[in-house]
Amino acid sequence: MLIEALIAVTLVAALVVFLIPEAYAPQVAFVLSLLPLAGSLYMWTRFDASGNALLEGSTVAFETQAQWIALDPYAINWHVGLDGVSFPLLVLTTVLVPLAIMSAWTPIQERISQFYGLVLFMEASLIGVFSTLDFFVWFVFWEAVLIPMYLLIGVWGGPRRKYAAIKFFVYTNVASLVMFIGFITLVFALGDSVTSFGMAEITQALHNGELSGVAGLGPDTVALLCFVAIFFGFAVKVPIFPVHTWLPDAHVEAPTPVSVLLAGVLLKMGTYALLRFNFTMLYDVAAALAVPIAALGVFSVIYGAMLALAQQDLKRIVAYSSISSMGYVILGLVAFTVYGIGGATFQMVAHGLISGLMFMAVGVIYNATHTRMVGDISGMADRMPIAVGILIAAAFGYMGLPLMAGFAGEFMIFLGAFQSTVLPSAPIFTAVAMFGIVIVAGYLLFAMQRTLFGEYRLATDYEVTRAPLHDVVPLFVLIGLIILLGVDPDIFFTMIQDAVDPLAELGGGL
Amino acid sequence: MVTDAGTWIALAPVVVLAVTSFALFLLDSVNPGKTNNGLLAGLSLAGVLGSLAVTVWYFFTGVGRPEGLSLLGDQVIVDGMSLFFTFIVTSVAALVVLASYDYLHDQPHKGEFYSLIVLAATGMALMANANSLMTVFISLELASLSSYALVAFLKHNRGSVEGGLKYFLIGALSSAIFVYGISLVYATTGSLQLGAVAAGIEETENVGILGVGTLMLVGGFAYKTASVPFHFWAPEAYEGAPAPVSAFISSASKAAGFVIAFRVFVEAFPLDVVAGLGIDWVLIFQVLAVVTMLVGNFAAALQENVKRMLAYSSVGHAGYVLIGLAALGGGNDAAVMGAAMMHLLVYGFMNTGAFLFIALAEYRGVGRTFEDYNGMWRQSPIACAAVTVFLFSLAGLPIGGGFLSKYVLFTAAIGAGYWWLAAVGALASALSLFYYSRLVKAIWIEDPIRELDVSRQPVGLYAAIVAAAVMTVALIPAFPVVDLAQAAAGALLA
Repeated sequence: MLIEALIAVTLVAALVVFLIPEAYAPQVAFVLSLLPLAGSLYMWTRFDASGNALLEGSTVAFETQAQWIALDPYAINWHVGLDGVSFPLLVLTTVLVPLAIMSAWTPIQERISQFYGLVLFMEASLIGVFSTLDFFVWFVFWEAVLIPMYLLIGVWGGPRRKYAAIKFFVYTNVASLVMFIGFITLVFALGDSVTSFGMAEITQALHNGELSGVAGLGPDTVALLCFVAIFFGFAVKVPIFPVHTWLPDAHVEAPTPVSVLLAGVLLKMGTYALLRFNFTMLYDVAAALAVPIAALGVFSVIYGAMLALAQQDLKRIVAYSSISSMGYVILGLVAFTVYGIGGATFQMVAHGLISGLMFMAVGVIYNATHTRMVGDISGMADRMPIAVGILIAAAFGYMGLPLMAGFAGEFMIFLGAFQSTVLPSAPIFTAVAMFGIVIVAGYLLFAMQRTLFGEYRLATDYEVTRAPLHDVVPLFVLIGLIILLGVDPDIFFTMIQDAVDPLAELGGGL
Repeated sequence: MVTDAGTWIALAPVVVLAVTSFALFLLDSVNPGKTNNGLLAGLSLAGVLGSLAVTVWYFFTGVGRPEGLSLLGDQVIVDGMSLFFTFIVTSVAALVVLASYDYLHDQPHKGEFYSLIVLAATGMALMANANSLMTVFISLELASLSSYALVAFLKHNRGSVEGGLKYFLIGALSSAIFVYGISLVYATTGSLQLGAVAAGIEETENVGILGVGTLMLVGGFAYKTASVPFHFWAPEAYEGAPAPVSAFISSASKAAGFVIAFRVFVEAFPLDVVAGLGIDWVLIFQVLAVVTMLVGNFAAALQENVKRMLAYSSVGHAGYVLIGLAALGGGNDAAVMGAAMMHLLVYGFMNTGAFLFIALAEYRGVGRTFEDYNGMWRQSPIACAAVTVFLFSLAGLPIGGGFLSKYVLFTAAIGAGYWWLAAVGALASALSLFYYSRLVKAIWIEDPIRELDVSRQPVGLYAAIVAAAVMTVALIPAFPVVDLAQAAAGALLA
């Protein structure tokens, strides 16, 4: 019942924060957001799972399965549980939310209780997404994330917030619909071999080759079409080129704490779902399509990095570089090796922390200067040494400096992709993707050099002072975590490996 | 006919409503115009909740299940389906009465209003129990006549009077058509009791007349449920009526219309018999369902007035529920009809809630265009959170029971082999997200144009909206009720 308690506590916290007076909301929200964090850390001490939650013969941690709606022919059940893939993402969520809340104290000055209420509501939905093992209930949580995000961007965003919010809503909703249709068709095509929407049951039936044809199409064609529909749905969320265009708009318009959660957790929903659905359930289709998928991933890496290189807005630079980083994750997943998939999962967490930190650091500079344009500012290092120092550290993390989390993730991905037996000419794909690191280093160093160093200059009239303590504390916490994960990746990697080993065997990668 | 006490006890949900209505008349006639609003509202609420409690009790103790208790010479029946629909009607009535307490605070004739609401609810509850075409007609008229007066209740408001008049004229016309249809059915089968009509159909020779009669009955139901092409009154009446009345008519009255349609067509015109005669009413309902879903949703997308938008979306929802009749005969009958009943239940709460939110806006003196709602969260954040739940649930996002009920309905239709009905429904649902989210955007994202009058806080209205929101969300975990709905539908179809 721990997972249910976690969701319930977060929902109640959301309601409480929504109702209390504005004056206390920031502090109360922060304190209440520590409860799910404490819960997930407590769960960590008791975490006991081996294998992948969707595959036979696995132990799932904190599992609850209860009958819910006994629909004929497919029952919908309440089924939650965590394994080595989902648990790190759950921890990431509960860690990032309190930090994002603290980083919102400065920029969020209106409709305060609503803001924090929505953030906590979103956290509850995110916990649900990462812990639910019944497709239907999972979809409820998946869609429930959209509504607070839509409002968070639309209400508290920048000048073009309405455009960005609606674009986000339309893109992700259409994607969800396509994915939903694809998945439901897949379940229908399984016929009598499944009796519920349990993701493990569906996976098992698919692996046993129970898929039958639908509407005159053969089983292989059905599997392919459903794979494409589901892949499209999640690709929008990740986002992968060419369905990434909502992301820069959403990021640029969203307030800092929302960007932190968007890049830190929401994008991981997409890669997590890709791993669960496309690469676990339909692994043979994924293996057959390895070349185009890897090509999309590698192209996203280079393309995102090139776009980032061309930006003038610090936030846009970080936003486009997310597309780049998510491309690595796709490459790791499609490799079907332990280090590939495991590294991709690790990179989800690492990128969550690093991109969160980057957005927060840019936010701190923006709070002080009220501009994010590279050309408008220079010499910030003199005025805000601490925040700038952390921004530089985060940038090095992004570039993959050893002993930081990003290095561990990317290194494992490259190692795994290089060894891949599923992906033809894997070394070439890997080599091209690795070139992305050079571009990342290029645009980050270029932007740092122009904004942070040199002579102090500011194009606006704001007096730049040192950032308040509550702006800097989350930065320290995050940089600490990034270094911790970089020094000792086994904190998460052993549990990730437990869950990923059987997957790699599926793809013949061992 | 001697009626024993058992009959009245079995009919208690209806009887309690009727007695409450008369008690309200009596109470108000003691000192007309001066009666205490709180007393009237409290009495109405007590009566409606009493009826609701008895209904729930009967439903779960199994009174009348599964085959049903036949009463009053087979004129009325108490079974799972009648109790299910009485539950919808009384829940909506309770919410509306609660909300009316504030809405009516500066209106005269409060006593009449409450007693008409409860009287209309009595008619609707009786519709759920009707087992003969005569009872159907009488209960339908009881509900309709009360509703006409309620729509025109704001008698110094042109819109209200105009809406009431249109509603009345079209209602009178369709009543005439309906009763003429009944007479044709009676002429060919020699019976009004639903089971006896079915028996008479097998022996009839006047298939042509029976066919015309059936078509006329379909018209009558289409009018009552605001289905295309008999939906023209709905936007006018909903727009003109006081918003709590719009909520009542669009939710409870629609549900009551559907229970009659379900019962009459399944019981009196069994598919296997009438199909042999060439009267394929399933085909008629298929056409109605598709047209209603499309017209309702497309028209809603074009509205600038929020109440009209909700009115047309309510037409669209009638289209979804029509799938419950349109997908019969595909071997999945109980599932399809049960799913339609479940959608009506969920719809009862989310649609009532949405209209009550409009009532809140009208109470504050605004509420016509989308712009009127700009920045409304400032005055009432909780009601705005609730309406966000209603609207997204109506659109089919999984934040309320609307997602599950639509899903169950569409998959049941697919299971019956009518995948194109589900496809049209899904398309219409996707479109509906556009116009529903427009209101959400106005409420939360846009900046307000004017200051609203917030000198008085409508506690009852808030309570009703929050209660509807809680129920809309609670129907997600409580969704296994769909099993009961399908069991009730199965008993009817057996």
